[in-house]
Amino acid sequence: MEIFGYPLPMVMSQLALGLVNGSFYAMLSLGLAVIFGLLNVINFSHGAMYMMGAFVAWMGMTYLGMSYWAMLLLAPLVVGALGIVIEKTMLRWLYKLDHLYGLLLTFGITLLVEGVFRSFYGVSGQPFETPELLTGATDLGFMMLPNYRLWVVAASLMVCLSTWFVIEKTKLGAYLRAGTENPKLVEAFGVNVPLMVTLTYGFGVALAGFAGVLAAPIIQVSPLMGSNLIIVVFAVVVIGGMGSILGSIVTGLALGVIEGLTRVFYPEFSSTVVFLVMVIVLLLRPAGLFGKEK
Amino acid sequence: MNKQIGYALALAVALAAPFVGYPVFLMKLLCFALFACAFNLLIGYTGLLSFGHAAFFGASGYVAGNALKNWGLPVELAILAGVAGAAVVGLVMGALAIRRAGIYFSMITLALAQMVYFGGLRFTEFTGGEDGLQGVPRGKLLGVLDLGNDLTLYFVVLAIAVAAFALIVRTVHSPFGQVLKAIKENEPRAISLGYDVDRYKLVAFVLSAALAGLAGALKTVVLGFETLTDLHWTMSGLVILMTLVGGMGTLAGPLLGAVVIIALENKLGDFGTMLAGGTGIEWFNTLGEAVSMVTGLIFVACVLLFRKGIVGEIVDRFGRRKPA
Repeated sequence: MEIFGYPLPMVMSQLALGLVNGSFYAMLSLGLAVIFGLLNVINFSHGAMYMMGAFVAWMGMTYLGMSYWAMLLLAPLVVGALGIVIEKTMLRWLYKLDHLYGLLLTFGITLLVEGVFRSFYGVSGQPFETPELLTGATDLGFMMLPNYRLWVVAASLMVCLSTWFVIEKTKLGAYLRAGTENPKLVEAFGVNVPLMVTLTYGFGVALAGFAGVLAAPIIQVSPLMGSNLIIVVFAVVVIGGMGSILGSIVTGLALGVIEGLTRVFYPEFSSTVVFLVMVIVLLLRPAGLFGKEK
Repeated sequence: MNKQIGYALALAVALAAPFVGYPVFLMKLLCFALFACAFNLLIGYTGLLSFGHAAFFGASGYVAGNALKNWGLPVELAILAGVAGAAVVGLVMGALAIRRAGIYFSMITLALAQMVYFGGLRFTEFTGGEDGLQGVPRGKLLGVLDLGNDLTLYFVVLAIAVAAFALIVRTVHSPFGQVLKAIKENEPRAISLGYDVDRYKLVAFVLSAALAGLAGALKTVVLGFETLTDLHWTMSGLVILMTLVGGMGTLAGPLLGAVVIIALENKLGDFGTMLAGGTGIEWFNTLGEAVSMVTGLIFVACVLLFRKGIVGEIVDRFGRRKPA
């Protein structure tokens, strides 16, 4: 069977790979959107936190002999804790200033974290084994789908949708949304907004750390794995606009798929297609697909 | 008055420097100083944080390099071609990026510059791919002045850099520059006063891109090669850091910032070796390879502790007499 002259298994496997990449875009842009909503900071260090998640998992498994599943839980906690420290000691002082300083600070943190890991581990990748439970592949009849990729898509969708549920449908989420709209008023009602801000930042970067652990068996764990990804995620965020939680999830997944399909039909453009989509969106709908025009 | 003395002093130092220091390193300093000043025109006087200035710096470097090496253009035309190339890239990027304000503007410039970088990675016949463009000849200025001599080239580069700096100073103090500052301070008011804000932003963006391109083209001529490093986002970060360290929105700040950062990058290895010798901690020997760690640390310290930069702090402390 063929699609536009390309063998079906090839198209499908790139589509699956696109979905996997899309899951990472979705998780990262979701974290960026949640952080931006409450803190008004674009967290450049999101890529570095993603890298750290993968590295912490690798360290736990290599040095301490922990299992993949334990690290899947622990690594995001470690990254989240670091995020809380960063927020409490540094980001906190910048809220009253121009948003640009938040971007610059987190950019500096990115260079710092990347530099530290580079000085200890170099730039070459560290091998990371797929957990035994998820090795092998499932035969779907028309293609072989590696089980681990299936798990990545399922896990990230689960995490993204529960985040959406918590923010849109629970009381905690209502506080959060109110804090985004008018933090002073929410504080007047007796909600501890600074604590909420700290925890939100911690949660956002923990999400990036979780994505990093998920990504570790697919790509090699290296200090530079985050910085190239974060620029693509920025483009995703510009395309989707940061106004909507569901919007960033959908945009992330969709762009992953588009990228995957480009790899089949027009491989020369696969690394730039997300940026091209960004250009088109900027021309047609500058506020982004889900953004609100101010 | 103090300002004139300062400029005269700086010029005197620049004129004497090649007889004391290593001319090629000094020329590299001048190129980066010009690059930082061009960037500052945008962040310091228009309030736009571009995260994509590497695209102009690198694109112009490649155009100038190709013009000299492969198209056989004379050096003055090669530099002009580089500037024109950067201006065109700037026009396209600027037209797209100013459709969004604030933080989105920065993200868009970063993404577009990354696209240029990927382009550079792919069009290997133009950029030489991972190897870069090597062995670019310096040629003769106007067909007579042999630029192969480091000292001759130094004074040519200095003359161009001074002229470009004068252009920036003139721009900032012109009515056009005043409108830019008005946009930076209060954009809605500038709009309500009837200024076509988008057009002003775009002109400032293209001007900044062209000047960054001038710096990139000069750097290729000086060093004789051009690599993808100049197109990479870390270069955009570096120029932001130079401007931040020196002082955003001050005319002399970026000059000083560029000198500090480039000197630091070059001397960090020696400094690490010295520390390792003094303290006996082996790890310091690797400091030269961990430049990004140190630049990151400076970034964080600057943003948290002295946002005005070196020149900004000095002006704040001693120069209260007349608002700049």
